[in-house]
Amino acid sequence: MSKQNNNLPEHPMERLLRMDRIPHIWCSTCGIGTAVSCFISALEKFEYPMDKVAIVSGIGCTGRVAGYIKLDSFHSTHGRAIPFATGLKLANPELKVIVISGDGDLSAIGGNHLIHAARRNMDITVICVNNFIYAMTGGQSAPTTPLTANSSTAPYGNSDPPFNLPLLVGSCGATYVARWTALHIRRLTKSMHEALNKKGFSFIEVIAPCSTLYARRNRLGTGLDLMKFYHDNSEIKHGAPLEELDINFQQKIIVGKFIDKEKPTFVDNWNNWLSQKLGSKFVPYGVAKA
Amino acid sequence: MQYWRKPLDADKIQVPHGEIHIVRDRCKGCGFCVEYCPRDVLELSKQFNIKGYHPPEAVLPEACVHCQLCEMLCPEFAIFVTLREEVETIES
Amino acid sequence: MKADPKGVLTGEHYLDGDHACAEGALAAGCRFFAGYPITPSTEVAERYVSRIPMVGGIFIQMEDELASMAALVGAAWGGKKSMTVTSGPGFSLMMENIGLAAMMETPCVVVNVQRGGPSTGLPTMVGQQDMMQARWGSHGDYQIIALSPASPQEAFDYTIKCFNLAEKYRVPVLFMMDECVGHMTEKVVIPKPDEIEITPRRLTKLAPEKYLPYKTNGDLVPEMIVAGTGYKIHSTGLTHDERGYPVMSPGTQDQLVKRLCDKIKLNADDIIEIEEDQTEGAEVIVMAYGITSRVTLPAVFKARKKGIKVGYIKMITAWPFPEKRVRELAKKVKAFVMPEINLGQMVLEVERCAAGQAKTYHVPHAGGWVHDPEDIYQVIEEAVK
Repeated sequence: MSKQNNNLPEHPMERLLRMDRIPHIWCSTCGIGTAVSCFISALEKFEYPMDKVAIVSGIGCTGRVAGYIKLDSFHSTHGRAIPFATGLKLANPELKVIVISGDGDLSAIGGNHLIHAARRNMDITVICVNNFIYAMTGGQSAPTTPLTANSSTAPYGNSDPPFNLPLLVGSCGATYVARWTALHIRRLTKSMHEALNKKGFSFIEVIAPCSTLYARRNRLGTGLDLMKFYHDNSEIKHGAPLEELDINFQQKIIVGKFIDKEKPTFVDNWNNWLSQKLGSKFVPYGVAKA
Repeated sequence: MQYWRKPLDADKIQVPHGEIHIVRDRCKGCGFCVEYCPRDVLELSKQFNIKGYHPPEAVLPEACVHCQLCEMLCPEFAIFVTLREEVETIES
Repeated sequence: MKADPKGVLTGEHYLDGDHACAEGALAAGCRFFAGYPITPSTEVAERYVSRIPMVGGIFIQMEDELASMAALVGAAWGGKKSMTVTSGPGFSLMMENIGLAAMMETPCVVVNVQRGGPSTGLPTMVGQQDMMQARWGSHGDYQIIALSPASPQEAFDYTIKCFNLAEKYRVPVLFMMDECVGHMTEKVVIPKPDEIEITPRRLTKLAPEKYLPYKTNGDLVPEMIVAGTGYKIHSTGLTHDERGYPVMSPGTQDQLVKRLCDKIKLNADDIIEIEEDQTEGAEVIVMAYGITSRVTLPAVFKARKKGIKVGYIKMITAWPFPEKRVRELAKKVKAFVMPEINLGQMVLEVERCAAGQAKTYHVPHAGGWVHDPEDIYQVIEEAVK
């Protein structure tokens, strides 16, 4: 039975969405909304008080995610979602802080913050929606744009080699690294749930279609065609060596969970080291109040 | 179908049924749900919604097995499935 | 509210301005510090991080000043009083998120121990060349508060005031020290905790369902929340309405940006602190701030000895500029003299407010050292003619 009238029951995700801001700004066949659906499903399974979960975004299409999620949410400046989240998390260690932002925001202008947060094992989850392009500004090359792909700033094709994001954050010490496409909804949701439960710096790259700019400029059809491409060309290889995770234009995309390990976080290290050095003089930070 | 191997516990397998709900005017007609519904329940409707997109409609609503794939894939929070009370077994 | 005794090092100390500033922050209740090393400000961070493990708080050395400033804004929303310190080159990098702090109305304190510029300039030597940058450095229309201390004692006292003003007006407060004050060692008296007045955060008492993050209640400053307490607010650097939601319209822009400016402009009398000496009946008024306000004194005394009626104003608040007072005095005096370790910054404000009613003389210095008081005296003599 299908109901198509106005007396619909509430969409199960409405509890965690700012419904007064829906419909969102993303184009038809954009994959960011799907990544958000998966994230909300993961949040629903996440056994943590939702009052204590905060979302931080940077700038760009994915930068708008924070504004649609009904939690404490911050839409910061371009590239600075991770340091903003670092401040938020350190100021209030009870919070679970999740950064959701785009590939350009996190790995170009925010690249320095990304590697340092991974190095410190800052206890935050970073979800990077990678659509291979700067979409909000009209389709310019990003540090993730595959070689030869067309963008408005690479009108004859991109000659500038892209980042392999899992390799980048993995080599900097991230404790959880996974990559999925927007089509791998169940696995992506599971990964997001694992990352939320992870103590330390967790990173998930979500390959998502951008129909209006990436697909159109590269004559790849719509976002639906990109989803079909992911279906045919992504290969699940858990634990694959990070060096093998390069993404080439319209070629195989290796997805899976690549790193899942335990390591003390920034605050753990602060507390452990200083209590060792300073003994009883030291006031441990962020330890639950007695 | 007749060549398919029949599970030994087929009489115990319960197939759930879903009721599909479509928020027509929220849809941007991407077609993800139509393409990936494993039971081909959905088709893009001929009608336009308020935004000028063709939202999906359930053409085989009885075939829905409440897998919620459409719900998860939908980038617009425009389709969701609730579990219907009645279940059937493969045998029946 | 009184200061938390844990952070207050009551007693008489021999401290440089940087260390005194760190003590001021601890006394004010600052429990989050994000910074990046830069001469001549680093000693503030060093002092803070050597003390905070025993006080109970956190310090993080960020990867750059962009990150420090962003972390500051995040930490303030996480409920901590937060600060960072820097000098010219780092101050330039912080401008981006000083704008965010102004837009999100986030209380925080940014200390700039000024050195000579532009660019890398004179890393270890004094300047007062970031005064206009403090006011206008981030893009768009906004107002901030900036204070300038003239001694280590003032570095302590006014750091606390910076935190208090930041909380009261929900605005980034810039503490414009200079290398001389930062590296000058003098006696600093730290009072008892119950003698230190602290402004607490203006947290809302409304229930989450009734609270709108940017709705004001008569006094232009909205009440704040701490992330993680169930309010589920949204805050953005985009132009936003009372709900904190982005609204791209000239009407919303007009309402928001005017309020961001008005909350400082209309409260200028409450914010501004200046010290005046013999300004009534003066022929010439010398105005100065920071280290220059001290270097000026021998020139003022010499002029007075020579029979010139010289008034003296030490500006502790640089921004908002003490416009009302300068306009009043301009009607009565012949001239204003302003020495600064730059080639003409705050003097432009004096000139604007004097509005042709009194002459304005600048005593410039490109930086690297303080003025020779004699140079200031010469200008006073010229101004009185």
